[in-house]
Amino acid sequence: MAQGVMVVAELFNGSFKKVSLEALSKGKALADSLGESLVAVVMGAAVSEPAKELAKYGADLIVVAQDADLEGYRPCQQHNVLVDIINDKAPRMVLFGATRQGKELSANVSATLDVGLAQECLDLFIEDQKLVAKRTLFGGKIIATVDIEGDTQLATIRPNVFEITEATGAGVVEECAVNLGTVNVTLIEEKVEVSSKIELTEADYIVSGGRAMDGPDFSILENLAATLGGAVGASRNAVDAGWRPQTDQVGQTGKVVSPKLYIACGISGAMQHIAGMSTSDVIVAINNDPDALIFKTSDYSIVDDLFDVVPAITEEIKKLA
Amino acid sequence: MNIVVLMKQVPDTEAPVEIAESNVAIDTEDTKWAINPYDEFSLEEALLIKEAKGDSKVTLVTVGPDHVAEAIRVAYAMGVDEAIHINDEIDDEVYGAVDPHTTAAIIAAALKDVPFDLIIAGQRAVDDDSYLVPALVANKLNLPIISLVTKQETTDTEINCVQSIDGGTAVVKAALPALITTQKGINEPRYPNFRAIMKAKKKKVDERELEDIGLDPENFGINGAKVKIRSMEFPPERGQGKIIEGSSPAEKAKILVNLLKEEASVI
Ligand SMILES: Cc1cc2nc3c(=O)[nH]c(=O)nc-3n(C[C@H](O)[C@H](O)[C@H](O)COP(=O)(O)OP(=O)(O)OC[C@H]3O[C@@H](n4cnc5c(N)ncnc54)[C@H](O)[C@@H]3O)c2cc1C
Ligand SMILES: Nc1ncnc2c1ncn2[C@@H]1O[C@H](COP(=O)(O)O)[C@@H](O)[C@H]1O
Repeated sequence: MAQGVMVVAELFNGSFKKVSLEALSKGKALADSLGESLVAVVMGAAVSEPAKELAKYGADLIVVAQDADLEGYRPCQQHNVLVDIINDKAPRMVLFGATRQGKELSANVSATLDVGLAQECLDLFIEDQKLVAKRTLFGGKIIATVDIEGDTQLATIRPNVFEITEATGAGVVEECAVNLGTVNVTLIEEKVEVSSKIELTEADYIVSGGRAMDGPDFSILENLAATLGGAVGASRNAVDAGWRPQTDQVGQTGKVVSPKLYIACGISGAMQHIAGMSTSDVIVAINNDPDALIFKTSDYSIVDDLFDVVPAITEEIKKLA
Repeated sequence: MNIVVLMKQVPDTEAPVEIAESNVAIDTEDTKWAINPYDEFSLEEALLIKEAKGDSKVTLVTVGPDHVAEAIRVAYAMGVDEAIHINDEIDDEVYGAVDPHTTAAIIAAALKDVPFDLIIAGQRAVDDDSYLVPALVANKLNLPIISLVTKQETTDTEINCVQSIDGGTAVVKAALPALITTQKGINEPRYPNFRAIMKAKKKKVDERELEDIGLDPENFGINGAKVKIRSMEFPPERGQGKIIEGSSPAEKAKILVNLLKEEASVI
């Protein structure tokens, strides 16, 4: 008999991803509404120590799978081990953060267990003991409510959408036997940038620049982002021009972000850009064209030259501190 | 080398969408359609491999209703050798196989007698953003899957890829046959000219119904869906945003920051 809610938590550089804590917090609320338990799963090389922290977010049981071959990006190995854990614990539903790894892992599990998966959910609730999700379709132009079918319902949650709330869980740590299973993709090299840069999808504040930046010098945007404690994003035009790395691109062919505050600087507001940021809480647009499309999607609009306005905003925010 | 490309036709991202009366699908009466952008990368990559290796064949596989023919013509004009279209126009309510599980089952069945060394798919279709069909197809066909590929090198027996991962990149390899999904940056898709598109009209499309590939339509559409759309709504309107008036950039900045603090409470 299926029972409880499972959340797969990801460690990155020794700490849990913010979105994993968001997933746990939501998982805890769902488990409470079912009157059942919350199980966290952590996979990696040496995870049993850091995993204990998850009791703080309401995990009753923390299943740890330790093996050097589960550390980092190992979709094949992690899938094999996670399927064993799901089969063993038989949760009603499993939640993941919608990171690249979370989306890939959940897709592979959905395939193996032949159960439904809703990606990048904005809301989750339970009806008749089954998971129902809200998620965007058509590049954010529509929000759909979907029933997830199958004995184990799967969902990934969009970063920055759910609150992190502390709760008390028994936090019993259980090490599980690891069987890596058949691995058909061989990792040759993993290059992960360990920087102080905030990952775009997890940033609370994003300052994005477009073609109007007219060159690779994004320092005024970087200063504003640093003052806010956020990150810098870019339109596709700025990326294609070679001014910013692909990893900074927001939109349909870039990242989907949902910060508290998104400041679009010299971005015209094409649908494909909007698709990547329309679920931000508050949107500010700075554009010198009063008819720019971006103003249709912004909460606060400044019609002016961004090279004058952005440094002035940075100065004003510094005054608050 | 035999390369299969999985292509989905999606509503053109520029245009607005309307919700159908049923409230579980979009109204596609006036929809302009386009090839899913990630599938354009896949088509281009397949053609590049063919051009580099010679003696190769690129086969397009697509599941969708009648109007997919348009997208197939564009793919032919790009240089695809053969196209297989499984027409799933069985149920208006499940537009465009919004359900990845049924779509993948159809694709896997269609591929039963198609020889391939490599399948290239998009990382996601920009209409449903499911990131799922490739994983399901790979699982059904028991293939290794490498996702979000920005660079690949393929020999007759093996594929080496650079892929995007959280916070960086990974270099991985797998034995062929395998399935990969594309990430922006892998290539610049070619744009066929009008003449090539007109010429492509003459090309034959291998169009099949579900029964032709041994599937019972009863199990598809809404019946087979693992994610069922219950209702659709438009996102809450932001309303007409506030235009910040001021005599200088400095004054506008000051007013903005004050509003962000006092009204929006985000800083
Ligand atoms: C399949 C497909 C996928 C796509 N995916 C993406 C995607 O993921 N992300 C994305 O962003 N785009 C994407 N695009 C491209 C998108 O359609 C637009 O072309 C792009 O977003 C425009 O970038 P931009 O706003 O920087 O440039 P522009 O459209 O050129 O806009 C520049 C803006 O800056 C303003 N400006 C100029 N100078 C100043 C100044 N000094 N101060 C203030 N404002 C100024 C101008 O008024 C203008 O509005 C995609 C397109 C396609 C076809
Ligand atoms: N109806 C379809 N026909 C052919 N390929 C598809 C179809 N739907 C999805 N795909 C493939 O799967 C990828 C990911 O789609 P999705 O899982 O829907 O986000 C697409 O980029 C296509 O390569």
